[in-house]
Amino acid sequence: MTRARQITAALAGDGSGRPGLIAYLTGGYPDERRFRKYFLQIAAACDLVEVGIPFSDPMADGLTIQNASEVALKNGATLKRILQWLAELTPQTRTPVVLMSYLNPLLAYGYARLARDALKAGVSGFIVPDLPVEEAAPLGSALSESGLALIQLVTPLTSPERLALLCAKSSGFVYAVTHAGTTGGKQALPADCVDYLGKVRAQSQLPVYAGFGIKSAADVAMLAGHVDGVVVGSALIDALDEGLDPGEFLAGLRR
Amino acid sequence: MKQTAPETPGERPGMPDSNGRYGDFGGRFVPEILMPAIAHLEDGVRRILPSADFIEEFQRELRDWAGRPTALTLAPGLGRQWGAEVWLKREDLAHTGAHKINNAIGQVLLARRLQAKRVVAETGAGQHGVATAAACARAGLPCTVYMGSVDIRRQAPNVARMKIFGAEVIAVDSGAATLRAAIDEAMRDWVCNPVDTYYLLGSVVGPHPYPYLVRELQSVIGREARRQLLEISGALPDIAVACVGGGSNAIGLFHEFLEDESVRLVGVEAGGTGSQPGEHAATLARGKPGVLHGCYSFLLQDGDGQVMETHSVSAGLDYPGVGPEHSMLKNKGRVEYIAVSDREALKALGECCRSEGILPALESAHALAGAQRLAKEQPGAKILICLSGRGDKDLDTLMSIDDGGFLA
Repeated sequence: MTRARQITAALAGDGSGRPGLIAYLTGGYPDERRFRKYFLQIAAACDLVEVGIPFSDPMADGLTIQNASEVALKNGATLKRILQWLAELTPQTRTPVVLMSYLNPLLAYGYARLARDALKAGVSGFIVPDLPVEEAAPLGSALSESGLALIQLVTPLTSPERLALLCAKSSGFVYAVTHAGTTGGKQALPADCVDYLGKVRAQSQLPVYAGFGIKSAADVAMLAGHVDGVVVGSALIDALDEGLDPGEFLAGLRR
Repeated sequence: MKQTAPETPGERPGMPDSNGRYGDFGGRFVPEILMPAIAHLEDGVRRILPSADFIEEFQRELRDWAGRPTALTLAPGLGRQWGAEVWLKREDLAHTGAHKINNAIGQVLLARRLQAKRVVAETGAGQHGVATAAACARAGLPCTVYMGSVDIRRQAPNVARMKIFGAEVIAVDSGAATLRAAIDEAMRDWVCNPVDTYYLLGSVVGPHPYPYLVRELQSVIGREARRQLLEISGALPDIAVACVGGGSNAIGLFHEFLEDESVRLVGVEAGGTGSQPGEHAATLARGKPGVLHGCYSFLLQDGDGQVMETHSVSAGLDYPGVGPEHSMLKNKGRVEYIAVSDREALKALGECCRSEGILPALESAHALAGAQRLAKEQPGAKILICLSGRGDKDLDTLMSIDDGGFLA
């Protein structure tokens, strides 16, 4: 089974109807020691871990992840180091891992080397928020040769034709952005987003996970049944910053 | 000088391909949420820009509101000192004091035809912000301008002008709090408001179609200058020089001369205080290709692909990226790119003030300093310089440097 198929299997659900959970953590946040600890705690409490590669100009991210990226970079996190840490961490968990990275750090690393080192580090796929499908072929083919997923994002503004294209091009799962905005934020999820999520789910052969602005058990309950699962990022980092136990915080979202 | 109508935009040589690529460079590297907005804009650019109705209104606004064509001025004092024949294309005389108005009014007219409800923009030196605020005031569109807090301090007069025109100016504190951070934040605003908001990008950077759109609107500079120089002096220049931050005034000047093989084209970047990372903004001279703000182009970055901080005394050149068409022109060897230091730019600025009675912007002073260096290489050369803006906005900076002593 390829790494991409392992993602799909891990996110397909256990038939109980309980929503799946992807947890996001910025790699190297707040520093190497605590990242290692948090990673294992988080991996034990979710279905897939999304590790963010910090970038100097995160244009799709809100304040929480902007700040986390800045702190992680200041404390020495790089793509190379994060892959080295993950090579030691992933054997300690069965939860698959994907990387979320803006394109430039991946370009600088080199795609062939990236695919090779990602495999070694136990990484299963990539989410690249500034890489629309029109520009994705070079990275996509380097990853698919190694069986790694390149996960596509869809949004409420995506046209039906484009939704079909993006769902067909995605591998691993389909990441459905809940609303027009950056990650995190305090505002409530738009009530009509469940209609759009239903359309994504009808189109996709892969599990559909909703992300951006999901912060509470109420949010998760609202989306449950309309998607296969949810992605929680900024809210988890805020919880870590408040000193909460990440495992308990994540468990609370599905309670 | 004969006053003729400014020239029109239209299909020009060097169109990018359908993915917005100039050779390897360009493209559109933006979040999926912006793809419909990009497609809408691209469709507008294709449909509206060549339409007779748009061209008529754009020309009229350039002429009657923005004061075009701008003058072409012989600079005998600089010429004597440098041992060259120096001509200045006077974008400082355009309304709001810089070439930025060409792009701002053109895009505002486009935004109105695309039914935008609101305009957002970034600004570095504040000239693009002022031009956008003025154009939005004229068009009756609400306007929000993002500006780094460092730039707000060093370009205070422009902040006041934007506010007087009714724009909301939002200070950006992230990163180095300069132009790059302002673009980051303007793009985030667009990500949050992708339907009714028009992002009025100020340079030939960003995702396709901006590098093409801004070039089309700015290429009036080179069309006028080439025609004026031929009319007045009967010959093309030996060298055409412009400063390059993102590179809009430079593309605007160079484009009309690309096929004139006898004309040497030189872009001048900000060499800052030194060649170490963080001391300069010489992207084409010292960077390598990467993706920032939606396009693949030369970029000042570290080995891990993180974008580096830059320095320039000039806020408008203080940017780690550059337009993709410049990257292509560099690789093709058609345009040479050099860097001059803060000190050289300040010295040239002082000389221009004293011998021509013209206070150029710190950005434009880089073009002057570059031209001065080229005059040494090519004595007697006929040099056309884009004097992209006026320096009133820089008075605080100028007076704080060596108590104005560099001027003496």
